[in-house]
Amino acid sequence: MSEVRVLVGTCKGAFVLTSDAKRERWDISGPHFGGWEIYHLKGSPADPNRLYASQSSGWFGQLIQRSNDGGKTWEPVGNKFVYDGVPATHQWYDGTPHPWEFARVWHLEPSLIDPDTVYAGVEDAALFRSIDGGQTWQELSGLRGHGSGPSWQPGAGGMCLHTILLDPSDPGRIFIAISAAGVFRTDDAGKTWRPINRGLKSEQISDPHAEVGHCVHRIAMHRSRPGVLFMQKHWDVMRSDDAGESWQEVSGNLPTDFGFPIDVHKHEPETIYVVPIKSDSEHYPPEGKLRVYRSRTGGHEWEALTKGLPQSDCYVNVLRDAMAVDSFDPCGVYFGTTGGQVYASADAGDSWVPIVRDLPRVLSVEVQTLP
Amino acid sequence: MIRVVLPAHLRTLTRVDGEVILDVKVQATQRSVLDALEARYPMLRGAIRDQVTQQRRAFVRFFACEQDLSHELPDTLLPDAVAMGAEPFLIIGAIAGG
Repeated sequence: MSEVRVLVGTCKGAFVLTSDAKRERWDISGPHFGGWEIYHLKGSPADPNRLYASQSSGWFGQLIQRSNDGGKTWEPVGNKFVYDGVPATHQWYDGTPHPWEFARVWHLEPSLIDPDTVYAGVEDAALFRSIDGGQTWQELSGLRGHGSGPSWQPGAGGMCLHTILLDPSDPGRIFIAISAAGVFRTDDAGKTWRPINRGLKSEQISDPHAEVGHCVHRIAMHRSRPGVLFMQKHWDVMRSDDAGESWQEVSGNLPTDFGFPIDVHKHEPETIYVVPIKSDSEHYPPEGKLRVYRSRTGGHEWEALTKGLPQSDCYVNVLRDAMAVDSFDPCGVYFGTTGGQVYASADAGDSWVPIVRDLPRVLSVEVQTLP
Repeated sequence: MIRVVLPAHLRTLTRVDGEVILDVKVQATQRSVLDALEARYPMLRGAIRDQVTQQRRAFVRFFACEQDLSHELPDTLLPDAVAMGAEPFLIIGAIAGG
C-alpha cells in the first residue's frame, strides 16, 4: 500500500513522520541527531530509501548524514566543504568587502537519476556537488566566479544558497537561488552560470536596475513545465515563463506579499501556494491568522485557506524550506512552523490538520510519496 | 594511554559511552591526541578543529589538570598527568546558550 514519509528538520533534530495514503494517522520517529540543527533532509528520487541530512551546530560545525533505509539508521559521510581557489570577498551588511567563510549546508538536493549524486547549497553562498554518496564534495565554482560575486550580500539569515532546482527535461540546466543575490542558471551542468533576475525590484538596492542583490526567498517549478518558475521574494511573489529570462509580479490580492515558502501543486502546474507574512520586521502572519494562500491561476488571484488553521493569536513563521507537496490525488500539502507545528492537508489545501504540534522550531519539510 | 572526555554531542555522534582511551605513540600534545582521536573516529574531523587550518573551533575549549589549555600551541606538550593517563584531556563545548 502506498505510503507518505514527511522529513522534518528542526533546530534540535530531525523527525520522520509516516502515514498511509489516507494521511489520517501518523507515526512519528525522532528526534534523530537530537540537539543538532537539521537545516534540511531530503530523499533521492532515484532511490527513496537513500536520504541525506544536513546536521550542524555552532559549536561543532557541519556534518552530513546518509541513510540507506529510509531514515531508520544513519551514517556520517564527508563534511569537508572547501571553497575552490581563493575564496575572495562578497559584501557585508554595510557594503564593505567580507571574505567568504563556510558556515553550514542549508539545502541538499539529490540527483533525479543517481542516488550517489547530491548537490549542497551552503552559506556563505556556493554550490557543492558529491558524486560518491556524500563522501567527498567539490565546489561548482563557476557560480561564485562568474563575476557578480563581490556584490552579493547576506540576508538576515546569512548569505545562503537555499534553493536548488534540477530541470527534469534537461540534465544540464540547474536553477539556484541565493539570499541576497538572486536567481542564477547554468545550462552546462554547473560549469558556467549567469544571473536571471530581470524584472525583480527591491527597494533595499540603490540601483533599481541591478541584476544581483535581490533577496529571493524561494523558487519553485512544476516538473511538467520546467521553464515556468515561481518565486517568493523578500517582498513580491513573481513568476517567469521563460526559464528566468524575465519576471513578472503576480502578488495580486494577497494581504501582504512578504513571505518565505512557495510551492506548486503536484498535478496542477498553475496551482501555487504561499504563506503571507506581515512584514520583514514582523515575521508572523497578518492579524494573527495563519493562512495559506492558493492561486489556481498561476498568480494574481489568490484565495485564503483557513480551515483547520489557527485564526487568532497565531504569531509563528513558516520558513523558506518548510513547505512541500506529495504525489497522491488529491495532492497533499505540508508545512512546518517556527512554533513546532507540522500541518498537513490531504485535499490540496482545502482543510488542514496538525500532524504534530510541539516540535522544536521547524526549519524544513520534505515529502516522499512511496509505492 | 591518554584519556579523552568528549562533550555530550560528540559522544552521541561517536556512540561513545564514557571516556575515550587512546594509545598515542608519540609525545602527547594537542595535535597528536586530536590526530589519534580523529583517526579512531573520522566523523570528528571538522568538529573540534578546522579540517584545513587545523585551528580549534571557536566554541571548543581544552581543559586538563584544572587548567585551560585552549590557547596553548598545538605542539606544546600536555601535562605529565595527561600523558600518563592519570588525568583526562577534556574537550568542552563553550557555555553559550542554545
